[in-house]
Amino acid sequence: MHVSREELDNQAIEILKKYEGVKLTPKTRGEIPVQEMPTQAPMVRITNMNEVAEGYTENQVKAEALRCLQCKNEPCIQGCPVGINIPKFIAEAAKGEYSAANSVIKESSLLPSICGRVCPQESQCQKFCTVGKIKKDVNQAVAIGRIERFVADYSRENDCDVQPTIKAETGKKVAIIGSGPASVAAAADLRKEGHSVVMFEALHKAGGVLVYGIPEFRLPKKLVQHEINNLIAMGVELNLNYLVGKTRTIEKLMTTDGFDAVFVGAGAGLPKFMNIPGENLIGVFSANEFLTRSNLMKAYDQKDSLTPLWNCERAAIFGGGNVAMDAARTAKRLGAKEVTVIYRRSEEELPARKEEFEHAKEEGINFLLLHQPHEIIGNDKSHVTSVKVVTCELGEPDASGRRSPVEIPGTEQILAFDTVVVSIGNSSNPLIKQTTEGIETNKRGNFIVNEETLETTLPGVYAGGDIVLGAATVILAMGQGRKAAKAINKYLTK
Amino acid sequence: MNKIVSKEQLSADIYKLVIEAPLIAEAHKPGQFIILQLGGDFNERIPLTIADADEERGTITLIIQAVGESTKAVVALNVGQSIENLLGPLGQPTKLGKFGKVVCVGGGIGVAPMYPIAKALHELGNEVKMILGARNKDLFVMKEEMASVVDELIIVTDDGSEGRKALVTVPLKELCEEWKPDLVVTIGPPIMMKFCALTTLPYGVHTIASLNTIMIDGTGMCGGCRVSIGDETKFVCVDGPEFDAHKVDWNNMLSRLGTYKPQEEENKHKCRMGLNTEDTEAK
Repeated sequence: MHVSREELDNQAIEILKKYEGVKLTPKTRGEIPVQEMPTQAPMVRITNMNEVAEGYTENQVKAEALRCLQCKNEPCIQGCPVGINIPKFIAEAAKGEYSAANSVIKESSLLPSICGRVCPQESQCQKFCTVGKIKKDVNQAVAIGRIERFVADYSRENDCDVQPTIKAETGKKVAIIGSGPASVAAAADLRKEGHSVVMFEALHKAGGVLVYGIPEFRLPKKLVQHEINNLIAMGVELNLNYLVGKTRTIEKLMTTDGFDAVFVGAGAGLPKFMNIPGENLIGVFSANEFLTRSNLMKAYDQKDSLTPLWNCERAAIFGGGNVAMDAARTAKRLGAKEVTVIYRRSEEELPARKEEFEHAKEEGINFLLLHQPHEIIGNDKSHVTSVKVVTCELGEPDASGRRSPVEIPGTEQILAFDTVVVSIGNSSNPLIKQTTEGIETNKRGNFIVNEETLETTLPGVYAGGDIVLGAATVILAMGQGRKAAKAINKYLTK
Repeated sequence: MNKIVSKEQLSADIYKLVIEAPLIAEAHKPGQFIILQLGGDFNERIPLTIADADEERGTITLIIQAVGESTKAVVALNVGQSIENLLGPLGQPTKLGKFGKVVCVGGGIGVAPMYPIAKALHELGNEVKMILGARNKDLFVMKEEMASVVDELIIVTDDGSEGRKALVTVPLKELCEEWKPDLVVTIGPPIMMKFCALTTLPYGVHTIASLNTIMIDGTGMCGGCRVSIGDETKFVCVDGPEFDAHKVDWNNMLSRLGTYKPQEEENKHKCRMGLNTEDTEAK
């Protein structure tokens, strides 16, 4: 049942009234129900690209902040890849000191308005939350991410965001390759240390996966632009349309252009395909292409965008991760009548965040679990007409620890689709490896780095984010960007 | 950056733009391409092959056929104005070397990127013959430049208004029989390249074709440009644009090029992202 933002706000007001002036004990705090995130109603939101989650009201933030027990041992902090002082910022939020709360977050994280939205808190900070542990349900933990989002949005909208101080110029130059989360984090930290920082981005807009990959309805692009503008205001130079490896090699940047160090945050920009028959038919897309057309090229706005869009009526999405959810929900918004996610394991193993999965279900996305696509079938015009799938059952756990799907012989069936979006992950983009002598990668193409410093096998060249981790998360990439920045700073000042 | 330093109209809808792009001019090698975008949220990214580059002046030359809304907007820019977004050079350069006898086959405005390739091959000591084809005499571009870098230039037109009245495959077949080239390079409308590949196949002449497919980022990220090469799927943007023409699945490539045709016609704009117009197709 969808509950409106007004109704949720009223519920929060009731809670605040009830506990006003009452001395709160852990027990009473635990009685306060978790505040639901207000969302656009499912049948409304599938007709627009606006953000699904509308953000807490102020009353909800206050009510939710009351749920925090302020544990002495601060278990939540260990779950945060960048170590945000979570109890402290929640205490500030509880007092209504949102700007102060934001400042606490900003000591450790650069992009709270983005991370508050796209972090998988249920498997990070909230996983360790005592309230969730007591209730034996991670979904009952303090909604740390929602509070984070509120205080970050509040500070941005009220122009009271902390302005970082920049140390005296060191005269050292650092090149940052890519402009996604790892690069943004590295650029900001290095600039603060007084180094001259130049960011190189291949596309015509900065932000990396935050701009081309994650849809508007999950992460409004104006937020990303705001963060990029902040970097520029700090003095970071941004070079768009610059593909390091092609426009200029890393070697040239270091020898001719005088860069003292390089950070590679180029991401995992090479889509994987299934290698099944029919993958090159018309109507088959990588999730990257499908999402880039819609997000970066704004093709969802067919009135204005010059980038054409494929008309899909019945879309099959292969894969079960967050990107698959994004592709499925985008297809729905682009007018697909029926969208089916085909995933070879069961709901329990589905790698997507629960919230994304729930949102997708609310929006009428079908889930064909325990099915593996075998072939994509087309007509005489090479257009996709159907997909042959086979039913699976779960067998023994594989190397990833998840039970592996085993195909059941004789269960093939052919299902009608006109669109297929292959969303089974990305490999590391090989461009830099191909054009840079001395950089070594593992067999999956990820850069080999010193785990402490994130320095690659080429001295002075560091790397972080998906190009090291394989496809991971925004916050992990950001954490690596910061870690590398620390090491680069040390390298430059030694 | 990316300032247009000269603009020349070569025929009804074909323009030659020389653009200030020192980094691209410096890094450019024959066979590579660029992607441009005119700024803002809504303009599309257009891949175009580089027709020439002048490292000293820091310029690149593009030949643009203004057939769609986007390409028309590009050629509507004046000298002194800039192309907001210009990325390159992209793709793998042509594998140059001393092969012996080389035939270059170009059709329509597809000949433009042939210029630096033919020039380089000639400079490396290859004997280079070039076949240029178009529907009629008014549709040739860079004919004089081409003539200056090859040993022999063979002109054919569909209507016989200049040179032989023939398709490019007719002299190509003759050369395969009589001259026995060691290498054939073909650039132009996909259908022409397909028939060039079919023409040279029986003679076992190694043939390379430069593919111009639909693409968005040009860095290997979207995979929209993928083509079947033998048993493998390759990305034109990072693995190409040149491939063994005998291994290209031409029918698949041709149909993929038509992916957005219905939408484009509906939107009354025809983009040139790999689409060649009927005007230049050697039928």
